[in-house]
Amino acid sequence: MRNEWRGFKGVKWLDEVNVRDFIQNNYTPYDGDESFLEGPTDATNILWGKLQELQRQERLKGGVLDMETEIVSSMTSYGPGYIDPATKDLEKIVGLQTDKPLKRAFMPYGGIKMAEQACTTYGYKPSEKLHEIFTKYCKTHNDGVFDAYTDEMLRVRHNHILTGLPDTYGRGRIVGDYRRVALYGIDFLIEQKEIDKYNCGKRQMSEDIIRLREEISMQIKALKGMKQMAEIYGYDISKPAKNAREAVQWLYFGYLAAIKTQNGAAMSVGRVSTFLDIYITRDLQEGTLTEKEAQELIDHLVMKFRMVKFARIPSYNEIFSGDPVWATLEVAGLGQDGRHQVTKNCYRFLHTLENMGPSPEPNLTVLYSPRLPETFKHYAAMVSVKTSSIQYENDDVMRPIWGDDYSICCCVSATQTGKEMQFFGARANMAKTLLYAINGGVDAKTREQCGPKFRPITSEYLTWEELEPRFRDTLDWLADIYVNTLNLIHYMHDKYFYEAAEMALIDTDVRRTFATGIAGFSHVVDSICAVKYAKVKILRDENGFNYDYVIEGDFPRYGNDDDRADEVALWVLKTFVAKIKRHHTYRNSEPTTSILTITSNVVYGKYTGNLPDGRRAGTPLSPGANPSYGAEKNGLLASLNSVAKIPYEYALDGISNTQTIAPSALGHNDEERAQTLVRVMDGYFTKGAHHLNVNVFGVDKLLDAMEHPEKPEYANFTIRVSGYAVKFIDLTREQQEDVIARQAHERL
Amino acid sequence: MRCRYCHNPDTWKLSEDSECSESSELSEHRQTVEQLLDRAERYRDYWGREGGITVSGGEALLQLDFLTELFEEAHRRGINTCLDTAAQPFTREEPFFSRFQRLMQSTDLILLDLKHMDAERHRWLTGHTNESILDCARWLSDAGVPVWIRHVLVPGVTDDEAHLRAMRRFIDTLGNVRKVEVLPYHTLGIHKWEKLGVPYTLKDIPVPTAEQERRARDILTGL
Repeated sequence: MRNEWRGFKGVKWLDEVNVRDFIQNNYTPYDGDESFLEGPTDATNILWGKLQELQRQERLKGGVLDMETEIVSSMTSYGPGYIDPATKDLEKIVGLQTDKPLKRAFMPYGGIKMAEQACTTYGYKPSEKLHEIFTKYCKTHNDGVFDAYTDEMLRVRHNHILTGLPDTYGRGRIVGDYRRVALYGIDFLIEQKEIDKYNCGKRQMSEDIIRLREEISMQIKALKGMKQMAEIYGYDISKPAKNAREAVQWLYFGYLAAIKTQNGAAMSVGRVSTFLDIYITRDLQEGTLTEKEAQELIDHLVMKFRMVKFARIPSYNEIFSGDPVWATLEVAGLGQDGRHQVTKNCYRFLHTLENMGPSPEPNLTVLYSPRLPETFKHYAAMVSVKTSSIQYENDDVMRPIWGDDYSICCCVSATQTGKEMQFFGARANMAKTLLYAINGGVDAKTREQCGPKFRPITSEYLTWEELEPRFRDTLDWLADIYVNTLNLIHYMHDKYFYEAAEMALIDTDVRRTFATGIAGFSHVVDSICAVKYAKVKILRDENGFNYDYVIEGDFPRYGNDDDRADEVALWVLKTFVAKIKRHHTYRNSEPTTSILTITSNVVYGKYTGNLPDGRRAGTPLSPGANPSYGAEKNGLLASLNSVAKIPYEYALDGISNTQTIAPSALGHNDEERAQTLVRVMDGYFTKGAHHLNVNVFGVDKLLDAMEHPEKPEYANFTIRVSGYAVKFIDLTREQQEDVIARQAHERL
Repeated sequence: MRCRYCHNPDTWKLSEDSECSESSELSEHRQTVEQLLDRAERYRDYWGREGGITVSGGEALLQLDFLTELFEEAHRRGINTCLDTAAQPFTREEPFFSRFQRLMQSTDLILLDLKHMDAERHRWLTGHTNESILDCARWLSDAGVPVWIRHVLVPGVTDDEAHLRAMRRFIDTLGNVRKVEVLPYHTLGIHKWEKLGVPYTLKDIPVPTAEQERRARDILTGL
């Protein structure tokens, strides 16, 4: 066996790319508690201090510290970059997206117009030469999409029934298996891809084969690019990593290649914690590394993930507020053999939130199961209570579908690491769709005929008998236009903005998922309940447009563990999914659906009229699968029970639930709070729920942070929103108010 | 009892006007043992191994028969039962005593509030002396019913050292105490007093400092 692999066990992974097999044969489950953890080293404190100062300057400059205008970003377009050249020897893990920290790269392939607009928004002048190249000689993804869009697609986009579509930027959500770089080194990966290419297209040269051959060639070039990129920093990554520091560094180079070449909405890191623990454990045993140094490696890696930046345009920031990149990183989970995958490294990653304070990135995700060791559950809950920076996803519902080596590729969506990629599909506004059903496809905001011209409802009262068939027909139309729009976008993305670096670290024979999504879920459910269980009188203007609703009587609402409302929720989801699945999806991908909105619930709400559940026009929709604001009347657990009833199998792209719990509701002190939180999560996930964002603070703190963002204690004040975390003070005022309006549970 | 620091004065009134109770909201909330437990069982997954149902008040012992029915059915369903009480209604007189003993057969844990060790101070604070409460604590100890003792810490009222030491001595005579909790006084219930139009007499008393809390905890629970 080669020296880099000394002491490692297993056979299968030796001569084929099989990281899972390597992990299963070599990891050490850890059942102890957090007492072994070490604090930050001096180097960590110095570097993190410098980075915090840079972040402060960035905020003072309106959100962008520096921006590139002259150089197109690629793996090798810059020399080496450091947090501070004067302290570069302190950086155990190196590599920046550009030549300077927090400087945003110029990435025109998604769309030159947007890349330039991002510059001008922050006062930078885009290069004339690059403008000429990317308008005259080189086509971008955005150009391709708009060349092919139909009038109807432009109309649904303009009317915001589909919003956040990846037609102006990288689609993201593709997780390269960055561990492969560390385990095998680049040369072996190139060899394997060469074999794939040799085997691809013998005796048959159809369009899909031609495309695949071209893609494999691009992947091989990307792998060679990674080697050159590492050389710039003085590393040779052609061979496997021989110790923990190299493993962390090699892995990071793989990720760095991705974020230098793609500006996807989500650029996840993946499930790296247990993998890296194997290297650290070997070094600790060989006596070449101390626990303090091991923690330092993880701290420095995480510091790099905290620095990932992309140049964005204002309309993008409106949808994905707070400058997120979804450097999502998973810890824990169980294995198929019944062993848990908690290692000391899972502790080390969570511990970064204590060593360097709370932070929205990386998007730390605990793959939760009630069967995880009690010590680990308790530690994670304790870090949640202190930092509100962790999300939890139910490993027990994901493992049967995605196996035991999946990653989270965006906010909450699972993907098999190195085996799958995803076509990200933003989301369709279902609340608006309901209004289209009532008004015969006329938009409440623009009054344009956007949807199909059905007969509007003209009765005095809205009845389910009249509404249901119209709603079904309108959903048919929505599914149709939605899937077709996405098919077109992803065709162009593959053609003009192919993710060669990430795909090079994924099997050539890749499975693809096609991720659709729903916004306004709770409002559709409550509106239908209002129509079914109360009397909903329609208010009509002089043009016969149904513009508002008066509800007479009470009705059950989603979020109270009331089966009447929760059954409607199920019906809404199943009906939508069935309609999506009837369509052909691009590259024979598997359609999935999410109930997840990121912070786009605010923008979606802006363009949505009055709803029959009493929600006013223009106000934010409730995020993800959360119950509507003010609908939860029976405490946190009743609300969780409602969400837990939504079967994950019907929304394999994720069911996001964000809850804020007042500290006093959980216990008298942090110890009690952590214990209670573990019980809450054990119960919620036993019931089959998928996801939980946990915030532990009261509304008072939010109000104070909104009014006094300059207080030092709020500089890193992190909160969980739908599917990711943000620094509260980086949200727009509008979104801050939205967060405050959401219920903070004062009781369980 | 009517404690001066009560945060639920809205539970004092024992019955709504009987004339209109049939049609009032109250009757809607009146539930059978079966309904209550069905509802509680929706939360069974959250209880863990030790959790179950806790009945608090007002004073739950004022509805002794219903409580017994509830706890006995809970036990049939394998649900742990816990009673949160100030024990003031306790007496060794009949008919209460044998009914109470029957309730204890299906009670797994009691959260017992000790307000004050001094009878007169106790009367000032709650309107009653502590006689029946201490007697109940002794009986529970003899009967071996597990108890958590809880003490609300009000600066200047229930935090002087002599009183706390007396309470500690009393607790040490009991053989059934699993946990002692110091609950810092809070002012979150004051608005309810205002709403009910009842004057709040502890208005100027601050919540205890962390140091005061620590000191009380040391005395009551320290080694």
